[in-house]
Amino acid sequence: MINNKNFMQLQFSARSENESFARVAVASFVSKLDLTLDELEEIKTAVSEAVTNAIIHGYDEDPEQMVIVTAGYNDESIEIRIEDHGKGIEDIEEARQPLFTTKPELERSGMGFTIMENFMDSIEILTGVNKGTKVILHKNLVKNKAICN
Amino acid sequence: MSLHIDQQVVADVLIVRLRGELDHHSADELRQQMEEKILKGNVRNIVLSLEHLHFMDSSGLGVILGRYKQITGRGGEMVVCSINPFIHRLFELSGLFKILKVRENEDEALQLLGVA
Repeated sequence: MINNKNFMQLQFSARSENESFARVAVASFVSKLDLTLDELEEIKTAVSEAVTNAIIHGYDEDPEQMVIVTAGYNDESIEIRIEDHGKGIEDIEEARQPLFTTKPELERSGMGFTIMENFMDSIEILTGVNKGTKVILHKNLVKNKAICN
Repeated sequence: MSLHIDQQVVADVLIVRLRGELDHHSADELRQQMEEKILKGNVRNIVLSLEHLHFMDSSGLGVILGRYKQITGRGGEMVVCSINPFIHRLFELSGLFKILKVRENEDEALQLLGVA
């Protein structure tokens, strides 16, 4: 985790109804920061994508499994980690391709990672087959401070 | 906040008005409800109104693309209207504007489909 001024952690069952809980909780946690409405929407959407991936792809929607979301911030940036202990991603380069999905029968659009990459300043993916997946999202705050000054 | 789905059939057009949040959880419900209308009713075309949709992610893109394929496969058309700037960005990013017809509001969408 980045050198945090403040952080929080959530752990919840891999159920689809918890996707809205996770994104709203993270948005609420960072709401004290000087973010624009667009930036808040970007964070909510990116969190929703990563949590949905954990539930659908990591755990095949097994509600007995847990998703862990950790968020922290300091004066420079926000870091959000979305972690599962599920089946992992075999080919990460393939998974990051726009429109690629392993579950077309579920009408997955294959745009999850593309949206995370576009809406956040950087994204790291740590994964291994049967070792789970950790997605780390970063949003820089420096440009907001410059506007304040 | 969850998703509220309002469906109305006018002539051969299924008008679907969405209110709330469209994510993986609510996408399943939307797919089921729209499929039921498409398969059972005399529906040829779809107007999808997003005026009161406050949140959408890639699961929403998937279900919209799925219904687009379903209705065009039956020889019909889908028109999307009243898109807010954030959802506009998602559509742009995913290339949906290349295939979907888009109008400012429900009246213009219905006019395009010959129902006014």
